[in-house]
Amino acid sequence: MTELMMAPKLDNQVWDDAETMPRDHLEVRQLRRLRDLVARVAHVPFYRDAFAKEGITPDSIQSLQDLRRLPLTTKADLREHYPLGFLAVPRERVARYHGSSGTTGRPTFVAYTAEDLALWANLCARFLVAGGLRQSHTVHIAFGYGLFTGGFGLHYGVERVGAAIVPAASGNTERQIMLMRDLKPEVLVCTPSYALYIAEVMREQGVAPGELSLRYGHFGGEPWTEDMRHAIERELGVHAFNNYGLSEVIGPGVSGECLWRTGMHIQEDHFLVECVDPETLDPVEDGQPGELIFTSLTKQALPLIRYRTRDIARLDRSPCPCGRTGVRMSRVIGRTDDMLIIRGVNVFPSQVEEALLRVEGTAPHYLIEIDRPGALDETRVRVEMRPQDFSDRMSQMHALRERIEHEIYSVTGLHMRVDLVEPQTLERFVGKAKRVIDHRREKGLL
Amino acid sequence: MKIHQLSIFLENRAGQLRQPCRVMAEAGVDIKTLSLADTQQFGILRLIVDDWEKARDALERAGVVAKVTEVVAIEVPDHPGGLDSVLAVIEQSGTNVEYMYAFTYGREGKAVLIFRFEDTDKAIEGLSQRGVNMLARADLDALIKP
Repeated sequence: MTELMMAPKLDNQVWDDAETMPRDHLEVRQLRRLRDLVARVAHVPFYRDAFAKEGITPDSIQSLQDLRRLPLTTKADLREHYPLGFLAVPRERVARYHGSSGTTGRPTFVAYTAEDLALWANLCARFLVAGGLRQSHTVHIAFGYGLFTGGFGLHYGVERVGAAIVPAASGNTERQIMLMRDLKPEVLVCTPSYALYIAEVMREQGVAPGELSLRYGHFGGEPWTEDMRHAIERELGVHAFNNYGLSEVIGPGVSGECLWRTGMHIQEDHFLVECVDPETLDPVEDGQPGELIFTSLTKQALPLIRYRTRDIARLDRSPCPCGRTGVRMSRVIGRTDDMLIIRGVNVFPSQVEEALLRVEGTAPHYLIEIDRPGALDETRVRVEMRPQDFSDRMSQMHALRERIEHEIYSVTGLHMRVDLVEPQTLERFVGKAKRVIDHRREKGLL
Repeated sequence: MKIHQLSIFLENRAGQLRQPCRVMAEAGVDIKTLSLADTQQFGILRLIVDDWEKARDALERAGVVAKVTEVVAIEVPDHPGGLDSVLAVIEQSGTNVEYMYAFTYGREGKAVLIFRFEDTDKAIEGLSQRGVNMLARADLDALIKP
């Protein structure tokens, strides 16, 4: 509710009429675009073969329900057709290449025509304006400019709105702070973790948030938590907005938050979204976590059909006070790779973290241990004690443990035993904590 | 009228009690009395020491979860009924005892009771109105000096 309170202070503006299109009109447009898409990719070898097997032609797409007949596309498929096997236009029409970093194997490349780049800029302009950007503003962009889509995507989005840009790019944080102090941007664009790092360096240097003129922050490029949002807002004095995208779909601009910040509006006139159980691939109910699958309806150079993001989020179709009609997605709460199935229930470590956040304000280190001693899975969560949570009174300590167990149950629907342990006793490696030990795996039960 | 007690979180497994005790020993802190509350999973060690600030700093540096708690120390005659008479007064004053422990020391015929009340200020008020002799830190120091 506190977040809803802030909205009226800012002025809700909609960049593009398509954002508030009535659902029935939107669906007519989606269906037409889906048929066009099937026609456009029919010569891409991967889709040509899959369509032939299932007898799919543009005319066989009669309703949006037919989307589920179309083949899925995975990261592995992109790798298999490296570098540009999914290209749907002749090379001479390509205006830009971007790609994933390739930290986990080969990079994957994506391509844009001039038309795609214009679309991309417009989609970024939509979420930037939804989150407070105005033509009169100056925007400090501290994303890397390169193969990574973040820098250029946001850059052209801001340019489209007509605001001024400080293309600071990444690195040299002290210089970035100097730039912000001297050029007085109202808006900061970067990853949420870099925003926190900037705040940390400012503290070290004795630069008060008031010396900068930041009012808005647009953060994305990595998953983050509500906890981080509060910390960024407190330390930098900005309204922090979340946006989402991935290079395979287009880059940033797939979805973004409005002033109400009750989820990120998906730009559904350009992307069809599905939210499915990653095991069965059946759609999950709205409000339930599932893997997001996107179909890029309008991209020309490298459109993908039903791309499995491996990102887990929830969908919310309830109306939003801002007037945008696009379905909203929650922040990314996990990756399919992190998903645990405990007593048949899909659970993500981030849900346990969310429960701890609710009880203690900030999440302490924790470790989830799953075992199957008999017929059923047993889960225990070891939570490191911190001085601020500790009490000399046994009654309070029991109450703390029970509150954590209760919140875990209310978030996951599972009873997990909580053990309070001494600080620094849970394993950590390179700053990142190990979150899960699954004894079922060692026993060969999975 | 309040005495500083150190409370330490312990995991319930072998060897866990020793670590904070070793930290205090190395810091030259003298433990005057202690009480250990334990459950299957964890325990809370409560201590009265000669220099709680030095002990707290050493424990914090060692990464031990420790908290300073204010408790009330009451001196009673060390004979049958000594504790009971104090408990009777506490009962009349309507304050809840969260936990308590006791120790004797060099002075003959006397014992000290340490009380952790649900509401320390209210308890002190009630007890002083009923004429119970609560020890200040200085009194306690004088009593427990070697």
